[in-house]
Amino acid sequence: MEQVFKRPHALCDVPLHYCPGCTHGIVHRLVAEVMDELGIEGKTIGVAPVGCSVFAYNYFNCDMQEAAHGRAPAVATGIKRVHPDKVVFTYQGDGDLAAIGTAETVHAAARGENITTIFINNAIYGMTGGQMAPTTLPGQVTQTSPYGRDTKTQGFPIRVSEMLATTSGAAYIERVAVDCVKNVNKAKKAIKKAFETQLAGKGFSLIEVVSTCPTNWGLSPEEAIKWMQENMLPYYPLGVYCDRTEE
Amino acid sequence: MAEKVLVKGNEAIAEAAIQAGCRYFFGYPITPQTEISAYMAKRMPKIGGVFLQAESEVSAANMVYGAAGAGARVMTSSSSPGISLKAEAISYMAGADLPCVVINVVRAGPGLGGIQPAQSDYFQATKGHGHGDYRLIVLAPSSVQEIVDMTAEAFDLADIYRTPVMILADGMLGQMMEPVVFEKKESKRVIPEKTWATTGTEMKREHNVINSLYIEPNTLEKLVLERYERYKRIEETECKYEAYKTEDAEFILTGYGSVARICKNAVDALREQGIKAGLIRPITLWPFPSDAYINETKNAKAILTVEMSMGQMVEDVKLSVNGKVPVHFFGRTGGNIPYPNEVIEAVKKIIGGDK
Ligand SMILES: Cc1ncc(C[n+]2csc(CCOP(=O)(O)OP(=O)(O)O)c2C)c(N)n1
Ligand code: SF4
Ligand SMILES: [Mg+2]
Repeated sequence: MEQVFKRPHALCDVPLHYCPGCTHGIVHRLVAEVMDELGIEGKTIGVAPVGCSVFAYNYFNCDMQEAAHGRAPAVATGIKRVHPDKVVFTYQGDGDLAAIGTAETVHAAARGENITTIFINNAIYGMTGGQMAPTTLPGQVTQTSPYGRDTKTQGFPIRVSEMLATTSGAAYIERVAVDCVKNVNKAKKAIKKAFETQLAGKGFSLIEVVSTCPTNWGLSPEEAIKWMQENMLPYYPLGVYCDRTEE
Repeated sequence: MAEKVLVKGNEAIAEAAIQAGCRYFFGYPITPQTEISAYMAKRMPKIGGVFLQAESEVSAANMVYGAAGAGARVMTSSSSPGISLKAEAISYMAGADLPCVVINVVRAGPGLGGIQPAQSDYFQATKGHGHGDYRLIVLAPSSVQEIVDMTAEAFDLADIYRTPVMILADGMLGQMMEPVVFEKKESKRVIPEKTWATTGTEMKREHNVINSLYIEPNTLEKLVLERYERYKRIEETECKYEAYKTEDAEFILTGYGSVARICKNAVDALREQGIKAGLIRPITLWPFPSDAYINETKNAKAILTVEMSMGQMVEDVKLSVNGKVPVHFFGRTGGNIPYPNEVIEAVKKIIGGDK
């Protein structure tokens, strides 16, 4: 019988620790499939963040480094400068990338650092139990915005893709979601394009994946997808924010 | 023999690093070490290396983490406030067993402090930086020539023991010009191959992982214990100090770095005045040469620790002599350099008081 579905080689044969319905697992699979399809696993070095995906170094079969909270783009820069012919990517959550690691992110983009960032925007600090993230929506209840995010005192969510698209060093930036089959396929195409952008030496590429955290949102996986579609997608519209790959 | 050239301490660090095979430098400007970055910025592109001015010391040090994990000889340099920011990455590198060289051209603190020379980062360099159970090899040059020799040595030590190594200089050494010889001394040390580095698996081996996270207490404890075995070997084999006129010395001065030079002058002056003085100069601050304070103080009636701080190394001196000889302290701080006559006066005050 022909095998039609199998674990990508770039994904280790170990159980992932993610909660049921968490979109981290889907995105891991997409990244691994892209590595397989591009045949780059053997020359890829990934950087794991601090956040729920901290153990990504156990999940991807390529060489991996675990970075301090928010520093993945700096660590990736160090790796890429030593091995410019290798493929280097970071995998980061929204707290990691858009709060503590904002400077590292913005400057990696501004330098046009030839790396790829997979950015998981779930509007919350998942790992530490559901605190407000820089991407938490206005009015959204979290452990540290128990009355809902009050924009008067807690400010506004950052739209990372839009912000980074203003840097001249960014080559490809797209926001995708993994809420339905159609969007999952789109997300994979985007991730592939981001890695291809790096392979072509075009500069910084980032794919923002609008994601769910059913556990800390206090919703079932299904409700979480619905909440994401109804609340996050209007604030974080999907689409390509920067494409300088033809320049 | 190689020819003598006149160079500034900071530039000597940079050139020596390049000669030691360092091709990656990540920095952020801060006085009084900026010449290191400037030198690297000029030289690295010409020799196929990388100079990168990061957006902060936090980033620069984490770039070092990445490059070290990728298997390169890599260096960063800063001065006190910047080293505080690099503390994070230093802890992570210690925890991930990554070799690198970190330069601290110390200036006065705390806070923004001043830009004049100081030794007030001794505690930070030898007892801490970042969080966690770990040690750093800390080298303290006292001349520009020693800076040259030590920088090369620092890279070897880092690679052999898989640990960050810090060179603790100060603004005076960094800015000082002295004639030096850049001699390609063939290192007799065996530098292990970096089979652990993330260079891409080429689909020929298991993936390499650079990491400091271990959730399971027994796993982490085992790793820390192994690391401390390594630290023990470092203590046993890499400890260094200089003893100057200590054999018959009744009064021991002790200090490191540029202060040791001032103390040496004081020793000579004191001997001319009939006071049998000697000097112990720690060259490695960690491991601290504790034995020196037993072996070189056979005839000593007192020890005076001199520092450009309010007294930090003096605590290690006291621990080393363990009450056997009284330990005194003289220091200037805020960016002030002690004059030899101040040191001599401090000695005389103690001798007078001891009578
Ligand atoms: C310096 C530092 N500060 C704080 C933490 C604690 N911490 C761990 S994960 C995390 C938030 C991660 O959130 P995010 O990046 O959104 O990832 P997610 O878990 O949502 O995927 C925090 C604050 C840490 N490990 N290190
Ligand atoms: S806490 Fe949230 S982000 Fe983390 S694994 Fe669970 S569902 Fe996913
Ligand atoms: Mg998050």
